[in-house]
Amino acid sequence: MTTDLTRATADYAVRLGDDALILGHRLSEWCSNGPFLEEDLALTNVALDYIGRARMFLGYGAQLIGGDCTEDTLAYQRDCREFTNLLINELPRGDFAFTMARQYLLDEHALLFLEALQGSSDAELAAIATKAIKETRYHLRRSREWMLRLGDGTEESRRRLQQALEDIWGYLPELFAMDELERELLAAGIAVDREALEAPWRRAVSATFAETDVTLPADGWRVDGGRTGYHTEHLGHLLSELQFVQRAYPGCQW
Amino acid sequence: MPVVNAVAASDRIPLLPVEELERRRRRQHSACPELWRLLDAVKDPEIPVISIWELGVLQNIERDGDTVEVTITPTYSGCPAMDVIREEIGQALEEGGYPHHRIQTRLSPAWSSTWMDEEARAKLEAYGIAAPVSEAGRAAPACPHCGSDRVQAVSEFGSTACKALYQCLDCHEPFDYFKSF
Ligand SMILES: [Zn+2]
Repeated sequence: MTTDLTRATADYAVRLGDDALILGHRLSEWCSNGPFLEEDLALTNVALDYIGRARMFLGYGAQLIGGDCTEDTLAYQRDCREFTNLLINELPRGDFAFTMARQYLLDEHALLFLEALQGSSDAELAAIATKAIKETRYHLRRSREWMLRLGDGTEESRRRLQQALEDIWGYLPELFAMDELERELLAAGIAVDREALEAPWRRAVSATFAETDVTLPADGWRVDGGRTGYHTEHLGHLLSELQFVQRAYPGCQW
Repeated sequence: MPVVNAVAASDRIPLLPVEELERRRRRQHSACPELWRLLDAVKDPEIPVISIWELGVLQNIERDGDTVEVTITPTYSGCPAMDVIREEIGQALEEGGYPHHRIQTRLSPAWSSTWMDEEARAKLEAYGIAAPVSEAGRAAPACPHCGSDRVQAVSEFGSTACKALYQCLDCHEPFDYFKSF
């Protein structure tokens, strides 16, 4: 790989790592707050899978960046503007319907994304995708079931799920947007073509909600900015908790 | 997944994935069989009846001068047991007289529950954990306590990410199911 391509691949790995780290943290906030014990365990196990995914992507990014960069310096020593996760991942966990709706929409996306990433010409990214996709299949099975239960449940569960979809909808286009970095890596056979995922994603999501009494929101508003470091006000609060110990005691270990 | 054993579809004959066959060959043809035996003592901290060899986590052991190089692969990406396993490998090597070691993690080939052999599966069952049933991961396990097929899934996730929670409808005992993965 040329130096430029190596650096671009590192940035790409860090993006994917940031996505996983921030969503994993949001899910972990359910620990001891789940609606019932099994769900508490499930949410935190999914969170753990995402933290594991973050470690693999950030660890690879750090390796490509070199020097004294590690998965820990990436996770704990960068500020908001340096994080490149998609905005949808940092939105507060909301109620259970919001958490599960976001999870379902992201799981359908992750399945398609990881399937494509398995074919990456970068062997390490392909290996991470092969590992992670097995977990995503389990995540999706559960999150999809919740869409059916909530969407076909009580008046309250339908109302909450409907509201969650309305609140999330404008954050979804970012999932399918390509920028210069990803186009360059796509041309090199390394990155996934996000635009190509939108049609199959819509088919899968429409099929699921067709079995429920909620309606998919119309496309309209959209928010972008995660990949360039322009975040919602929520990320700073999340990082203040995520990074607290390392900020208070730099380099501490246990 | 490519399979080596070409015997026609029979449920009785376990088909061995290629990567598992290669892993067993690495052990059989190893220049340092004593090291493999030494690390048989390292168990999965969450299922202490199964060694990391039986689980499929231990991928390779090689010697480079006086340094022992151990390669492991994680079961689940976020598996917290991996750090403990790494520590215990180091400790076992040091106690066995091998102070210099490197333990590296490799992701590919991705770990699969199909790597566990019949003996390991029997140990799981005896420990009260239902062994993984099929590649597709959809068929239900039998109750490890009474053997009944009448079971129901309580949660996709049990005490750890690699297990689901089930309940037996006959003896009514809850049990962990090691997911097919
Ligand atoms: Zn039973």
